[in-house]
Amino acid sequence: MAETLLSARSLRKDYRLPRGQRLRAVDDVSLDVHAGEVLGVVGESGCGKSTLGRCLLRLTEASAGSLTFEGHDITGLSERALRPVRQRMQMVFQDSYASLNPRRRIGDLLAEPLRVHPDAHGRRRDMRAIEARLAELVDLVGLTPDALARYPHEFSGGQRQRINIARALALSPRLIVADEPVSALDVSIQAQIVNLFADLQARLGLTYVFIAHDLAVVRQISTRVAVMYLGAVVELGATDDVLHAPAHPYTSALIAAVPEPVVRADKLMPSLRGDVPSPVNPPPGCRFHTRCPVARPVCGQDAPTLRAVPDGRQVACHFPLAG
Amino acid sequence: MTGVEPILSVEGLSLAVPRGRTAMLPILENVSFSVGQGEILGIVGESGSGKSLTALTIMGLIDIPGARVTGSVRFRGRELVGLSQRAFRPLRGREIAMIFQDPMTAFTPVYTIGWQIDEQIRAHSRVSRAEARARTVRLLGDMGVPDPERAAGRYPHQLSGGLRQRAMIAMALSCNPSLLIADEPTTALDVTVQAQILELLRSLRRDYGSSVLLITHDMGVVAQTCDSTLVLYAGNLAERGPTEALFARPGHPYTAALLDSIPPLHGVRPSRLPSIGGAPPSPASRPPGCPFAPRCVHDHPACHDSRPPVVREGRQDVACVLPGEGRSLPLRLREAV
Repeated sequence: MAETLLSARSLRKDYRLPRGQRLRAVDDVSLDVHAGEVLGVVGESGCGKSTLGRCLLRLTEASAGSLTFEGHDITGLSERALRPVRQRMQMVFQDSYASLNPRRRIGDLLAEPLRVHPDAHGRRRDMRAIEARLAELVDLVGLTPDALARYPHEFSGGQRQRINIARALALSPRLIVADEPVSALDVSIQAQIVNLFADLQARLGLTYVFIAHDLAVVRQISTRVAVMYLGAVVELGATDDVLHAPAHPYTSALIAAVPEPVVRADKLMPSLRGDVPSPVNPPPGCRFHTRCPVARPVCGQDAPTLRAVPDGRQVACHFPLAG
Repeated sequence: MTGVEPILSVEGLSLAVPRGRTAMLPILENVSFSVGQGEILGIVGESGSGKSLTALTIMGLIDIPGARVTGSVRFRGRELVGLSQRAFRPLRGREIAMIFQDPMTAFTPVYTIGWQIDEQIRAHSRVSRAEARARTVRLLGDMGVPDPERAAGRYPHQLSGGLRQRAMIAMALSCNPSLLIADEPTTALDVTVQAQILELLRSLRRDYGSSVLLITHDMGVVAQTCDSTLVLYAGNLAERGPTEALFARPGHPYTAALLDSIPPLHGVRPSRLPSIGGAPPSPASRPPGCPFAPRCVHDHPACHDSRPPVVREGRQDVACVLPGEGRSLPLRLREAV
């Protein structure tokens, strides 16, 4: 069994809305991220996947629950005490342009984390050490050294995402949370960046939490997949189990709704009716029962909890389809 | 292609915009296609390929000062290129309707959905308010909006993204247009809602006899929705033909590479995704030969002199020199899932 790098227990995030309303973006999520794995997190917009990603790194403070990183409880750590931990967990965002200060050169942007954080011996890095690291970084992500002297606007979306990845790698983190890192890119570029993520993982022994709405992209890169619906994880297991023989009716419907680039006689038919309900007023019982094709009366009353099924995956459903 | 006379016939359409004092920058180059009665044609391409500008050019909505549109756009036999804005007005909305990616910005936020659809109906036909509202409610119902009467009384921000897009399609169909242009209509939607909207678009042909020009970046959306497909690359036609044939045996290396770079949802997971190196050229840096040549694995000297001719390859038309050299592309292997 691989080391558990990051562990979340009963993580919850509430946002207060006007008129005393409350939006529970993340609802009682418990999961472990094992060292060296890629945990894919999928779900539709508003399911809480991005909020979960930010909570895992404490970029957003969870309302309740606990977080353990490398065996240490980091839930209550002060910003100051969290700093050394932050070097080991980094984030890559969807919008590659908004993530980079347009007025600073790439070299400057990549050097910043190296200037802020001390090296492995607790010493400030000198100019020479920083320059050497910058050269390594651009090489790692497939850019040429002349990129360092240029500005973000001089690069295409795919190249800018390479720069963001390089910055996330600057301090040699163990964990990277990537939030929709390829969804703003055209498919031909998307494939390059997905490959880059895979190569870097193999080369540097990284661990990823890879958040995306695109099931095919998540399948390509992930070892395990967590499927979220209205703030909760509804299914969690090995990628091949979850995506080939889904146990939760929502996972199954999500897979069935993906338009595949293959022409078949039977066209894609809607697998679900209606929209995702508002997270402000989630349905009682199982939150999916209002759209679920196999719901029974009990589903509207009792909320199923995430529990292990015989094949090892976890499902939050009274009547799982597989496992 | 169904029917004898196509609804829309585009021949050698080009768009160039001024650059500096004298130079013209080509945006669209010599694009040709046609949409038959009741046909759904997909225009697919990456960002910057010119797919949205093709739609705007057809609609006469290019308002860049000094822009030059050449070629021919015949809509039900009538030439649209060069038509005055005044002559265009009765066509837009009534004969050719358009829906956009973001229904939130296409509706005005200060009026109810129903008011806006009523207005569109009353702008093009002489009917009373009550008649217009009755038609609006019927349309919303047809588009799968639950409780259409109540939905008509709501403001755009009160509806979900999926419902807004249905309302948008209802508004587009309110005057029974013979051609619907849909520009990335599902891109802002989640997959489960997207599947519903795509099914709705397919049903339009059956229930309304509409022809649809569907613009998208998503090859999956095209495969599931369109009868024929046009692939654009850097403002130029790469390939055009029946969707089934084009996906089973792409004739253009760009189409083939694009399909290969999409990670599969079923079957064997490739250890690496076949990707296309580099990025599409900007309009100012398009090479003189085949615009895809710098990224193409089949690149050879014949690709460099001038734009490749559009030739017949199987059931498609392909802008590539390979078929002429007797070097057709192989059948796609990934099809066998």
